[in-house]
Amino acid sequence: MSAAVDTAPANIAATADTRDGRAPWALTAPALMLFVGVLVIPLAMTVMLSFHDWGQYKGIEPVFILKNWREIATDPYYAEMFWRTFRIALLTTLITAMFGAPEAYILNRMSGRWKSFFLLVILGPLLISVVARTLGWALLFGGNNGLVNKLLMSLGLIGSPLPFMFTETGMVIALAHVMMPFMVLSVWTALQRLDPQIENAALSLGAGSFTIIRRIVLPQIMPGVLSGAIIVFSLSASAFATPAIIGGRRLKVAATLAYDEFLNTLDWPLGAAVAVLLLVALVLIVVGSNALIERRYAEVFR
Amino acid sequence: MRTNGPLALIFHTIFVVAMLAPIVVVCLVAFTPEGYLSLPTTSFSLRWFRKIASYPEFVHAFWVSLGLGALSSLVALLFAVPAALAIARYSFRGRDAIAALFLSPLMIPHVVLGIAFLRFFTAIGMGGSFTGLLVAHVVVVFPFALRLTLAAATGMDRSVEMAAVSLGAGGWTLFRRVTLPLILPGVISGWALAFIQSFDDLTMTVFLATPGTETLPVRMFLYIQDNIDPLVTSVSASVIAITMTALILLDRFYGLDRVLAGKSDPGR
Repeated sequence: MSAAVDTAPANIAATADTRDGRAPWALTAPALMLFVGVLVIPLAMTVMLSFHDWGQYKGIEPVFILKNWREIATDPYYAEMFWRTFRIALLTTLITAMFGAPEAYILNRMSGRWKSFFLLVILGPLLISVVARTLGWALLFGGNNGLVNKLLMSLGLIGSPLPFMFTETGMVIALAHVMMPFMVLSVWTALQRLDPQIENAALSLGAGSFTIIRRIVLPQIMPGVLSGAIIVFSLSASAFATPAIIGGRRLKVAATLAYDEFLNTLDWPLGAAVAVLLLVALVLIVVGSNALIERRYAEVFR
Repeated sequence: MRTNGPLALIFHTIFVVAMLAPIVVVCLVAFTPEGYLSLPTTSFSLRWFRKIASYPEFVHAFWVSLGLGALSSLVALLFAVPAALAIARYSFRGRDAIAALFLSPLMIPHVVLGIAFLRFFTAIGMGGSFTGLLVAHVVVVFPFALRLTLAAATGMDRSVEMAAVSLGAGGWTLFRRVTLPLILPGVISGWALAFIQSFDDLTMTVFLATPGTETLPVRMFLYIQDNIDPLVTSVSASVIAITMTALILLDRFYGLDRVLAGKSDPGR
């Protein structure tokens, strides 16, 4: 994601030996060939595939037609499905920002040992199988007797059990849990650049806690929240396991629909069109919001 | 530095409980003595862990995942270490574009990658083969291997290399005896992170796996699609245990926040 791309070091040219012009090419050639051969070409083939024809009995026909794209553009089923995909991704992003940002701030104020312990606890799930984590939510939601419903009813928050399985609510909750570490990590990274003395200065000048958070902390961590939001949004919009397990077979999002077209219906060209559209939409959204953020917070990135 | 008030600590407690709840509940249900999904109330039982052994699909999928993860991250490193050294040390035309290309599998949705690989390998007659799956995993875990190797190569003290060169070392000897040992922590962490990514991948693999090459996440996913019973929770609990072990080692060895953020400042 965007946070990952800027790792290419920019200021090491001073020590770099630039005498031999061929050495860097010789060193990168194997990986370059691998990437062109098994990444660039397959992606180009997928774009081509989305223009091919398909029929129940004739299979894939390598012709150039707009049939699949026209079907996606005109059939309201696809508009509804993409709208659901992006609605779920947006809600997931809002929830992770609402809870992840304060948690990162609290985490950052803890003392050394507790800080690294809880960082491990919160970031660790990132590396645990997403199937296992989603299975956990399926168990917690589980019908009317699920633990979540029991807890909410015993707290008096709801009168009767809410449906979580096979609903968008359940999908958003489980996705927010899966994506939360990305947000905490992103805000936490932004907090590392924050000078604690500025908070102390504001305190000594008589600012209250709320004012400090609103006027000092929040403006400074906002770039972190926004870059976390971009990561969470694009991962949620293309998520597969969680929507497939919690959403079931009827509540489709872009990734699960593409999977169905490929492995159940076998209409590969249509599935490829759905996937290419998802990729293009995400690239536009990510690049667009990156540009907006960098213009708005130009001083932070300098 | 100001400290957290009681409200902040209550928020923190609820947050941590919510983060851990789904993982803990899977592990608890795995120990149920009953024949159906339930939290163990009176006693813990290992019957569902023993049952895994009588399910050859899960056992086979586990070995596929293990082999695939170990091999693909190793192959990815063979490509990533030279590339990382080139990117870290030389300023050449197109360096930024090449680095962006190498990290691009992080930005392309895995569902799109899965489809692209399925299309490609079917077209060249390698559909459903383990080799195809391996190559796909190499590409997907490559950015993780590259990022940590790159961080190590960028932060490396080059005066040791200069000394070795002045003493007459060169080429392969220089790399094997000086450079590689110096960047080894980054390389090993890159391998471990790449392994975990490969071991856990579902979205891309589900398009490529055939009954003979099903990985554990794929087998678990397909099993859950049909029904959820305590068997899949005990398999999940085992997967969680394996990942946790790798995680703790990684944290001790390198620092988990650095691994995950892929930051290139070794001075921290």
